[in-house]
Amino acid sequence: MSSSLAVSTKLNLQAHPVDEVGIRERVARLATRSIKKASKVEGLKLALSMVDLTTLEGADTPGKVRQLCTKAIHLHSGRKDLPMVAAVCVYPTMVRIARETLQGTPIQVAAVATAFPSGMNPLAVKLADTRYAVGEGAHEIDMVISRGDFLRGEYQRVADEISQVKEACGKAHLKVILETGELGTLDRVRLASDLAMQAGADFIKTSTGKIQPAATPEVVLVMLQAIDDYYRKTGKRIGMKPAGGIANAKAALNLLIMVREILGPAWLTPDLFRIGASKLPNDMLMQLEKERTGVYQGLDYFSND
Amino acid sequence: MTKTKIATKGLDWSYAPAPESADHFQLKGQYGLFIGGKFFPASSGKRFPTINPATEKILAHVAEAGAKDVDQAVRAARVAYEKVWRKMPGRERGKYLYRIARILQERARELAVVESMDGGKPIRESRDVDIPLAAAHFFYHAGWADKLGYAFPGKMVQPLGVVGQIIPWNFPLLMVAWKVAPALACGNTVVLKPAETTPLTALLFAEICQEAGLPDGVFNCITGAGATGAALVNHAGLDKVAFTGSTDVGKAIQKSLAGRSTKLTLELGGKAANIIFEDAAIDQAVEGIINGIFFNQGHVCCAGSRLLVQESVEKEVVAKLKARMAHLIVGDPLDKNTDIGAINSKGQRDRIRDYLKFGQEEGAELFQTSCSIPQKGYFIRPSFFTKVAQSHRIVQEEIFGPVLAIQSFRTLDEALEKANNTPYGLSGGVWTDKGAKIFKVTRGIKAGVIWANTFNKFDPSSPFGGYKESGYGREGGRHGLRAYLECL
Repeated sequence: MSSSLAVSTKLNLQAHPVDEVGIRERVARLATRSIKKASKVEGLKLALSMVDLTTLEGADTPGKVRQLCTKAIHLHSGRKDLPMVAAVCVYPTMVRIARETLQGTPIQVAAVATAFPSGMNPLAVKLADTRYAVGEGAHEIDMVISRGDFLRGEYQRVADEISQVKEACGKAHLKVILETGELGTLDRVRLASDLAMQAGADFIKTSTGKIQPAATPEVVLVMLQAIDDYYRKTGKRIGMKPAGGIANAKAALNLLIMVREILGPAWLTPDLFRIGASKLPNDMLMQLEKERTGVYQGLDYFSND
Repeated sequence: MTKTKIATKGLDWSYAPAPESADHFQLKGQYGLFIGGKFFPASSGKRFPTINPATEKILAHVAEAGAKDVDQAVRAARVAYEKVWRKMPGRERGKYLYRIARILQERARELAVVESMDGGKPIRESRDVDIPLAAAHFFYHAGWADKLGYAFPGKMVQPLGVVGQIIPWNFPLLMVAWKVAPALACGNTVVLKPAETTPLTALLFAEICQEAGLPDGVFNCITGAGATGAALVNHAGLDKVAFTGSTDVGKAIQKSLAGRSTKLTLELGGKAANIIFEDAAIDQAVEGIINGIFFNQGHVCCAGSRLLVQESVEKEVVAKLKARMAHLIVGDPLDKNTDIGAINSKGQRDRIRDYLKFGQEEGAELFQTSCSIPQKGYFIRPSFFTKVAQSHRIVQEEIFGPVLAIQSFRTLDEALEKANNTPYGLSGGVWTDKGAKIFKVTRGIKAGVIWANTFNKFDPSSPFGGYKESGYGREGGRHGLRAYLECL
């Protein structure tokens, strides 16, 4: 696996200790924010516009991907006031179908690549995977880091890999998945965030969705603070994407609260914040319908895709 | 492969008002003195209003106790002590305390709302801190009531008798619990005087004592201002006085008790140093600064009102502190999103404003957030001073408001010297990722409570109290029992 390094990153990793108790307290305090009425409706619509609607199953079919893309455009029948989601996220072989279905819409097509979800392949294979997805028309690439290398302390190697993938992306945006559920500590989450940003990530992303725990509020908070520090130092705004385990509308609103209070409103745009999810939008739609009609409707009134 | 922009600029999403409702209970128009298990008007007929500092509207009128009323209350407490309470087995006393604790929990919502209306503190704090902790203190001390014989091995213990207790306005119901729970658990009876600006939850507590069937006279509550407090302290029938409040009043009480056999514990002011080292988890330390100084509008005797930050991270900490403070919501105490409520009284608001002036006159640089504050009511924006010297009044004196003084230091020794260079010694904080440094600093600071990598944490089992002009005696834990027991 010794492909020559066309691109290399000069890493400058500084210690940023993270106190887990403090993080949990901050998370708990942020969760006491009470979002009602107009701000709830506005927040839910904003959150929907940030969704990367995702299907990553071995059993995915072209039909299922088309159905998902249709949902991405028309979130709920009969409501014209809803936004489209930000992107549809699929495996590389489904990119073409997604592109075709989403033709003429602003919805992006994201592809997971680099031997997703484990990343257990040589760099050459990962680069080929990336180039294939981009060639099929993916606007965005969601890559995974090599957790094994990272946990062994081979930070330079992990960073170089990210740089190479970034180069292979061309104009496509690169989201770097840290798979925080395999990193073990918040200190490592912070270190991996710093590393990924320095190596050229456009977004940093918590999880593949295949491992639990995934996008816990604690992990999201640490990553947001890393993005904040990176912005203070470089003036560059890096995006954030929590994915996996975001259970309901309240959890989604809590994410927006965190972004607003850690990074500020400048990040409250799909350009800089995404939510990776497959089932989540229906709960948000249910809440929006409840705000509109005053009553909760059964799940049967919302399409499963 | 063009990327179509969905939105180019972030959305300025804000939070709609989320007020806690206050229509699930009814305040009475007026409240009497609670003596011998019943409510009475003051013998003089005098009463005074208690107002909502967020709206400046009158909430209720409260009886103003004179010397005669005080005397009656002390007598009622004496009778209850001799006839009932001192003889009652500990396990029976414990039952009453458990009952009170449970009623506090049952009426938590009402108590939280009244606390926020009468005192100005945000509902988030009265709901999540004050009321649950008050109940916790009763649960904790209820457990001690029948185990006092084991609290001090080798010693016999017995109650002191009638205790006069005077409490401040910053944590009205929580201070009732801190004072009353250990006193009753140890077999004493109580005459309590709540602060004149925040009497309502203490009076609701009196109702709770009735509801719990507490024997008449075991708990008595007399309302009034300084004169009522002085009449209580000067009453010859007290076996002990417990006071929480300002250092000046504490000294006056100490003088008036000189030469008497009445025992005394004092919990007075503070000017805590919150020390941040360069190796700290900076974001969490910044949150600790916020909790240290802006909790309860800074009306906290153990507030981290002096920030000592290592010079290599000073710029970063100050920049992050400013950014964090921009998200503090100041306003309606009953709104669930409010971080900083109303200053407790007009007098206190004016005192804080004076200190803001002193600080600037003495050459320090003031920063205040630009948040909007309500037109009516007493509010102060979260504030801090930089370019601060040790000799400044804002460093030496307790402000008791949302005003932080920031100083930097180079070495650990310098930090300790600055931290200890104060007449107070109540609390302190240290932020570092190194365990050894925590121990070095905590041993080096002369203060009753020192928090490491956190701030303003309270628990009934943990003793609280000060050194130097911050008072003496401890509240909470086994140490706190000692203040209400004779050890033989």
